[in-house]
Amino acid sequence: MASVAAPAPPRRRRRRTKLQRRQTRVAWLLLLPSLAVVALVALYPLGKTIYTSFTNQEFLALEPTQWVGLANYRALIHDSFFRSAVWTTVKFTLITVSIEFALGLAIALVVNSKFRGRGLMRAVMLVPWAIPTVVAAQMWKWMLDDTFGVINDLGMRLHLLSHPHAWISDPSTSLASVCAVDIWKTTPFVALLLLAGLQVIPQDLYEAAEVDGANALQQFWRITFPLLKPAILVTLIFRTLDALRVFDVFYVFFGNRPDTQTMAIYAQSTIVSVGHVGYGSAISVAIFVIIAIFVVIYVTLNRVAGEE
Amino acid sequence: MSTAAEAVRPVARPVSLSRRLRKNPLGRFFARIPFYILIAAIFVYALFPFYWVVRSSFTPEVNLFQTPIQYFPDHPTLANYRGALSANFFTDALLNSVIVAGSVTLLSLAIGSSAAFALGRFKFHGRSFVMYLVLSMTIFPQIAILGALYTMITKFNLYDTLGALVFSYLIFTLPFTIWVLTSFMRTLPGDLEEAAYVDGATPLQVFWKVLLPLIAPGLVTTGLLAFISAWNEYLYALSFIQSPGNYTVPLAITSFVSPTGSSFAVPWGQIMAATVIVTLPLIILVLVLQKRIIAGLTAGAVKG
Repeated sequence: MASVAAPAPPRRRRRRTKLQRRQTRVAWLLLLPSLAVVALVALYPLGKTIYTSFTNQEFLALEPTQWVGLANYRALIHDSFFRSAVWTTVKFTLITVSIEFALGLAIALVVNSKFRGRGLMRAVMLVPWAIPTVVAAQMWKWMLDDTFGVINDLGMRLHLLSHPHAWISDPSTSLASVCAVDIWKTTPFVALLLLAGLQVIPQDLYEAAEVDGANALQQFWRITFPLLKPAILVTLIFRTLDALRVFDVFYVFFGNRPDTQTMAIYAQSTIVSVGHVGYGSAISVAIFVIIAIFVVIYVTLNRVAGEE
Repeated sequence: MSTAAEAVRPVARPVSLSRRLRKNPLGRFFARIPFYILIAAIFVYALFPFYWVVRSSFTPEVNLFQTPIQYFPDHPTLANYRGALSANFFTDALLNSVIVAGSVTLLSLAIGSSAAFALGRFKFHGRSFVMYLVLSMTIFPQIAILGALYTMITKFNLYDTLGALVFSYLIFTLPFTIWVLTSFMRTLPGDLEEAAYVDGATPLQVFWKVLLPLIAPGLVTTGLLAFISAWNEYLYALSFIQSPGNYTVPLAITSFVSPTGSSFAVPWGQIMAATVIVTLPLIILVLVLQKRIIAGLTAGAVKG
């Protein structure tokens, strides 16, 4: 029996590998244009940026570019502008991601129940997400205007404010005002992502819990939260990475005012406005590393959560 | 009055207020009131800024800079719209943005759909590596390569041209397009394709004649999302574009601002009119294609 069966598998395997090889060839051919573009637009520039970060390259420089080793990175450690930019960005990220998540989850839970106008509601939630961030920032800049802004007017009418406040220019509220724009624009999007996660939770789990007498809070902690965890993690990752590279809102509100610039703004102005391409590249690489650290943290959290 | 009597009563299963209310129709109505207040609050929060934009765009400049402010314009006017549309850099920007976002979208769909075909319908060595590469590209921070792109673009003589934007925008539209289209490709059943192969069709024929028509809705969704992200981009536009004639919409919207920065000099009425003009098409698209967009977004994010 063994002698009969033995010859068969190799032949079948060989035929399969032939088919497989053909499949592999076709697949790589189909991938070729995309991979070429990704290499040209992303991988090569990334490698070049890393290389440039070790040089003193200047835009329109008179002297030739030289290799300076770690000099840019050493300067970066002592650069107070960079440190404050990192701090501003991290604060912005922590504030907006946590508020957007809390509000977004609340909205998702509300919208997940059946009511008339739910479709309209979902469409309305997509609108702030779809408009350009720059446009949203302009809208809010006008609403937050110190003399003619509607926020001050409403605050005064409702007696929440005793006098109009210069939200954007006052350093104590400037970060809050930027966060307000981002929260307004992004919370609905977070809610939609979480809503998509909620809608795949089977309804009969809740019916069973109802029969067993579980109250709404118990249902949330025992059913909704554990089953929503993957969606929550993905949402948080995407939001955090987005928030860490924030540029538009800050730039529209403050330009590159040094006390309120983010990491991305500092890198952009160093490269484009000042022309220090070498030093700016070092800042870019540092941003890349900081973002990578956050990714690693999330992936580890995800793995730990998965093992539980 | 109640404590002593109730303390000795056997413990009944607690019946929540909401469940008691749900027993009669009137109670059901009242139980829903806080819920509808919540819904209304969400609506107001999401939409009030838009109301304010529309209100400001129709308010004459004189009344705009006047206290107490008017919540509804006494003398609505179209002057702000006329002002915005007579600014050359703004009308140019509308056209430029359509050209840039349109070509980036078409390019991404053309290149990306063949990659998605490979990743979604083939089993081959290195597939998961490519998927990881694509995924890491979708979360790639654009600022990380600004320096190198800046020197590349000047070297290619693309600085201050729309070509620079089409080139650089591919970095976020292409990986995203591949990722979402791959997830659409994967949801298709294999039967039709197998039948075509059995009839002797080549992979390219299968792609053109069988799969592409099937994922047409996916192409629309993905294309729309790519278009929106290219339409909204600011960082690269700010870095690679200099002359007002080549501005895109986000650059133009911020260029109405006077250099002095005083709120008396900023033509807010025109800015708000311009905001309405650039936002309206997006809002209509979103309202019409709402379901598709949500499908695309969740395919891109949650299923990942």
